[in-house]
Amino acid sequence: MSNETMDGVFIDIELDEPAASDPELAKKLEEVCTVGIFKATESGTEIIAGQLDECVLCYLCEQAAPEGSLRIIKKYEDQ
Amino acid sequence: MIFYEYEARRIVEAAGIPVTRYGFCQTPEEARKIAEEIGGPTVIKSQVLTGGRMKAGGVKFADTPDEAAQYAEEILKLEINGHMPVGVLVDPKAEVKQEYYASVVWDSTAKKPLMLFSDMGGIDIEQVAEEHPDHVGRGHISNLLPVGDYEAKQVIAATGVTGSQLNRATPILAKLARLFREKDMILAEINPLAELTDGTFVALDAHMEMEAEAEGRQKQLLRKDLGIAEEDTRDSYVPSEFEKNVKEIDAADHRGVIQGKDHGFEGNLGLVIGAGGGSLTLTDAVRNQGGKPANYSEIGGNPSVAKACGLAKEVLKKDGVEKIAVMMSIVSNTRVDIVARGVIKACLELGKDPAETIAIFRIPGAWEDEGNKILDYYGVEYCDRSVSLWDAAGRAVAKIQEGAGA
Amino acid sequence: MSILLNKDTTFIVQGITGREAVNLTKECLDYGSKIVGGVTPGRKGREVHGVPVFDTVEQAVDNHGSQIDGSIVTVPPGFTKDAVIEAIDNGIKLVVVVTERIPRGDVAEMVEFAELNDARIIGPNCLGLIVPEVCKMGGIGGPAKDASKSYKPGVVGVMSRSGGMTTEISSSLTAAGLGVSTAVSIGGDAIIGSTYAELMPYFEADEETRAIVIYTEPGGRMEAQLADWQAENNSRLPIVAFMAGKFMDDESMKGMTFGHAGTIVEGKEDSATEKIKRLEAAGITVVERIDEIPDAVKERIGS
Ligand SMILES: Nc1ncnc2c1ncn2[C@@H]1O[C@H](COP(=O)(O)OP(=O)(O)O)[C@@H](O)[C@H]1O
Ligand SMILES: [Mg+2]
Repeated sequence: MSNETMDGVFIDIELDEPAASDPELAKKLEEVCTVGIFKATESGTEIIAGQLDECVLCYLCEQAAPEGSLRIIKKYEDQ
Repeated sequence: MIFYEYEARRIVEAAGIPVTRYGFCQTPEEARKIAEEIGGPTVIKSQVLTGGRMKAGGVKFADTPDEAAQYAEEILKLEINGHMPVGVLVDPKAEVKQEYYASVVWDSTAKKPLMLFSDMGGIDIEQVAEEHPDHVGRGHISNLLPVGDYEAKQVIAATGVTGSQLNRATPILAKLARLFREKDMILAEINPLAELTDGTFVALDAHMEMEAEAEGRQKQLLRKDLGIAEEDTRDSYVPSEFEKNVKEIDAADHRGVIQGKDHGFEGNLGLVIGAGGGSLTLTDAVRNQGGKPANYSEIGGNPSVAKACGLAKEVLKKDGVEKIAVMMSIVSNTRVDIVARGVIKACLELGKDPAETIAIFRIPGAWEDEGNKILDYYGVEYCDRSVSLWDAAGRAVAKIQEGAGA
Repeated sequence: MSILLNKDTTFIVQGITGREAVNLTKECLDYGSKIVGGVTPGRKGREVHGVPVFDTVEQAVDNHGSQIDGSIVTVPPGFTKDAVIEAIDNGIKLVVVVTERIPRGDVAEMVEFAELNDARIIGPNCLGLIVPEVCKMGGIGGPAKDASKSYKPGVVGVMSRSGGMTTEISSSLTAAGLGVSTAVSIGGDAIIGSTYAELMPYFEADEETRAIVIYTEPGGRMEAQLADWQAENNSRLPIVAFMAGKFMDDESMKGMTFGHAGTIVEGKEDSATEKIKRLEAAGITVVERIDEIPDAVKERIGS
């Protein structure tokens, strides 16, 4: 019996370049997300895989990012 | 927090109620020394978190220090009602003329503390109340106004006590009532309250219990005055592995609340259920339809996915658990989709098929449409609010019995 | 009609800037409730979903210009007693206390203060009350759109020691076409502001209400009090009760605690079996299964 933890079973987040490398946006994303999915680093936004499934679908990150550059993917919905 | 007699005595003493000059110790040698200092007959009393010590042999009368040491040795080894003592109290033997009973408890119907007094002390108060109701005085005290001595006096006088006995007992009961309120007790009892041959009154035994919710604001008394350590919870209950793990998962994250219990449960159907009332209703519903719950649990307050997952995993890891039933009364705060993610993830992480493992998912309410999408994707059977808690539980039981029959 | 609340009832939220309070404020406003202010000390001048925030209840009352009917108190346990007494001292007559884990002495103190001032406390540790399609005071039923699924106006008064079960039961009454006149989540603690028996006279006086459903648990003396009330008052209202937690009567469960703070069995009288006996002796119908409630009500009111 395996007893590992799995990341991003239900939710994935895609963040396109160049937005992903924007340190200002990274800070904003870290701030708006209430479940700690984003971490601001010097080189831009790091997505914390272990937190993805905690996403509460508030879409504040999508609103904070430039139009169309950030997408929340519900893996349980047929694309 | 329940107190040992030696602590309860310190509490009443600090409130100005007379006690004998007792000593607390943990070895026979110390008991001998205290008895020598007392210099007369003593009473050796087990310090244990249960009543009725006299009957169980936990209270013994010693004439000499040698005898005191010998009784202390015996009593320190004596288990009473499943409890071991933390030490013994060495008490000078009092010259008792008469034993009385004094206590204060909550009356939840009147929503006020209730003073009780009897001139038939030393024995069980319930027995006195039943056999000699006219020997029990009662009186409520206000939660707002200061407790007047006269209120205690009325309660005592109602038992027929008069003369100097009435005047000596009155301030003791009044002080007990004040301390009950000030120290957030849910029980404050002196039994016996003894009248000595010289006419004075002393408390020879005291039982106190403080409300758990108030411990935070009674730190001075608990930590400083009595020196009780933070981790000394006095909980005689020994949690199981499952119970400990669930508690740890709950503490690791402040979002939502999960609870799990499995003492007395040994079935094959794991229950991931909520909230308070829903859990009680569902556990009955499973049992009354022939199901065998492997545990009890409560989910509430919108837990994180990790928390719901953690609870489901612990349930699934229990010996003999074949399937889990995920059921709650209609939720308004907890989110259906979040719980669905949690329980499905638990299955996946343990290498189990959610469709096979989750016997039924019945959580109607907040975000149910989103939850249903997830359940559909993984082929988990679910039902909405039109299926009662009873029927949902019945479906889970039927499924596990089908499985067993095949 | 309804008890305690109606379409004109005005209320405030004490502790309005807390996370749960912000949600609850939105839910109540969406459902049609009249929230005329909020109080969080030090936050005067802010707004929560358009509701003005004040430092004191007195300021909220001054701003409103006339008497405010009620208050929802959702502040930490250590501050609750003061907040409730502040509300009552400023003329508020109905206080819903949401907060959990308040020491009993504090609850008893605020209840006694309420009695002296002709005010009524619902809770603590409760979700409040709802008059279907009129207004709600508290988190009961959840967001407005969820609440309207579970609650339709009707003839049954509901009282429950469990917040969640208030909605579960009301939803089944709604589905059965009976509907709800007023549903009250009375709270799960050992001492609460309003017990079943204390709310019965209100339902008795409400013409719309034709039956009562209560959800009960082991522990406490509240059911015995209701049985006594029913026996003494010869009420026009038939009562149907559902008792959860019967498994706690099992020998193997002795000494364990489940559910609410008030669900602690302290004596024989507190057990489920004993309570069911008392309720039945007073002419109260006790159903075995939760899904039998609507039919039992129909039978008792003869419809
Ligand atoms: N110091 C004492 N002097 C004389 N008698 C005592 C003394 N302490 C206890 N007793 C007697 O022993 C009885 C039982 O003691 P108590 O402390 O009440 O234990 P429990 O209530 O656990 O049986 C008392 O009712 C009293 O008659
Ligand atoms: Mg005793």
